[in-house]
Amino acid sequence: MGRYVIRRLIQAIPVFLGATFLIYAAVFAIPGDPVRALFGERQVAESTLNAIREDFNLNDPLLVQYGKYIQGVFQGDLGRNFRGRPVWDIITSAFPVTLRLAVTAFSIEIVIGLIAGVFAGLGRGRFIDNLVRVSTIFLVSIPVFVLGYTAQLLFGVELRLLPIAGLRDGWLSYVMPGFVLAAGSMAYITRLARTSLVENLHADYVRTATAKGLPRSRVIGRHTLRNSLIPVITYLGFNLGELMVGAIVTEGVFNLPGIGRATFQAVLAQENSVVVGVVTILVMVFIVSTLLVDLLYAVLDPRIRYE
Amino acid sequence: MSDGTEVRRPSEGDTATGTEVRAEDQFAQQHAEEAAAPPAVGAGTAGTAAAVGDSPRQASLWGDAWGELRRSPLFIACALVALTIVAMAIAPGLFTRTNPRACSLTNSLTPPGPGAVFGYDLQGCDLYANIIYGARPSIIIGFLAAGAATLFGAAVGAIAGYYGGWFDAVVARIADIVFAVPLILGGIVILSALPSRGVWQIALMLVLLGWPQIMRLMRSQVISVKEADYVQAARALGASDGRIMARHILPNAIAPVVVYATIYIGVVIGAEATLTFLGVGLQLPAISWGVLLSEAQNRLLQAPHLLLFPGSILVVTILAFLTMGDVLRDALDPRLR
Repeated sequence: MGRYVIRRLIQAIPVFLGATFLIYAAVFAIPGDPVRALFGERQVAESTLNAIREDFNLNDPLLVQYGKYIQGVFQGDLGRNFRGRPVWDIITSAFPVTLRLAVTAFSIEIVIGLIAGVFAGLGRGRFIDNLVRVSTIFLVSIPVFVLGYTAQLLFGVELRLLPIAGLRDGWLSYVMPGFVLAAGSMAYITRLARTSLVENLHADYVRTATAKGLPRSRVIGRHTLRNSLIPVITYLGFNLGELMVGAIVTEGVFNLPGIGRATFQAVLAQENSVVVGVVTILVMVFIVSTLLVDLLYAVLDPRIRYE
Repeated sequence: MSDGTEVRRPSEGDTATGTEVRAEDQFAQQHAEEAAAPPAVGAGTAGTAAAVGDSPRQASLWGDAWGELRRSPLFIACALVALTIVAMAIAPGLFTRTNPRACSLTNSLTPPGPGAVFGYDLQGCDLYANIIYGARPSIIIGFLAAGAATLFGAAVGAIAGYYGGWFDAVVARIADIVFAVPLILGGIVILSALPSRGVWQIALMLVLLGWPQIMRLMRSQVISVKEADYVQAARALGASDGRIMARHILPNAIAPVVVYATIYIGVVIGAEATLTFLGVGLQLPAISWGVLLSEAQNRLLQAPHLLLFPGSILVVTILAFLTMGDVLRDALDPRLR
């Protein structure tokens, strides 16, 4: 187990370097001079611009820049933006909003997704199953921003049930963005739970449990559901990273000051260090959650052993 | 739907009734799976197939799936929607006579009414005509990106899965790296780095970030098929690697890839609209659904029709491709029969 974790972490190093370099190079290639843009229309001495460029290592070639950057990352320093604010500070101040949004979405997709999936699986082939099938494809098909605006029109403007945008209403402000962010993953969880339940309902151990004379509720609750949840739980691990990225669009539509909006603004302003900082964090989340999911798998399914 | 099927069957030189054909098809299918890949079909299977129809293809997985698909109203409906949208992309003139660029500011934001079924946008352009003409970029990007990602991903995945070794290891690491960069975030960064952003650039970017999925799928399929008895048999008979790959492995490994490619068309169309909406995709003089939708975002209250009509057609298009993929998956899965 310990050796497996170490091997996985070593394997993660090239992935980490590759992904951050990819993004760093892409942001590096964005045309335009971010330092000059910083001053807008004002006339600035070339020496001042050069001093700032020197300060942010912008005069170095790409590889050297990246090398200096990644060296800082390993020392826990994500750099500063052009206004001198540490990137770590930007991320941590925006993080609570994104975290609350992600937690809301997470709870919504788990509760509704699992319930819908279990009902569809138990009523396989019946009306409820078809309803769930059609509505899940429908949910997956709607791009997040279309869903977001439609929800704003319907629940915010027409029905006046929920706040339309912003954060002024406390937890209530997170309900609509949470649903919108959760929609796609919720549909996925529903399908995953349904498929897995249907497969397990035919398993030998379920037949044994039924043959023993256990009541149906116990057969399903204790024997079938527990095993059916394994793929769902593994998916939830991956989903965490997905939600953080999905927040880029959702936070834009609902005007929430979280990491997603900060990232998008940083791309437009060519704040290299901020964009790469966020990606660095995301890639770490991705690598760690994939590893945790794989380890969790071994806990949930005793047939799996890691050497 | 069933009428159409009944009429078509005899025209294929088939005198048996539908149900009998199904039963024998299944039987032949089982044989095909046990005995060999379609080209190396044994005498027994060939005999069955000949008894069923005039061509041995009838007995293949794809023949079966096709038989199933054309009897599925859901698949036919989605295929019709997709064909309509493709027709819009090829010949928008067939659907509207209005020039999408003939705009009059006096019509600005006029809601739907006589003369303009979907109303007018901010510039006073006919929304219906814009939606019709806007299908082209979405469809081009969808097919181009999904097609190229599938070809590239499947080729790399097949080679990696078949030969293994250092190539497999290198490709797997590259795929891991691309995988770790989320689609929308990577799209925003890469597209902002490009000096100009058109259909080609967006398609290329979506290929770049999309191929690892297909590569992994193909790789795992090839690995699971390559140890099969019929591949060993072909190898024992002295078939070359190329022949084994093309005639024995690929036909049996490609099904999930085709399903995923169909779904990926829908995903790509949605991603293009999202990136355009975020301002890093197609730019204004271009007519596209994404452009229409990003125009709508600031006038949500005044003119909800700017959101609802382009949004609906976008969703219907994506829905059609995803559903086709979904139905195709079931049709290609012999266990569900």
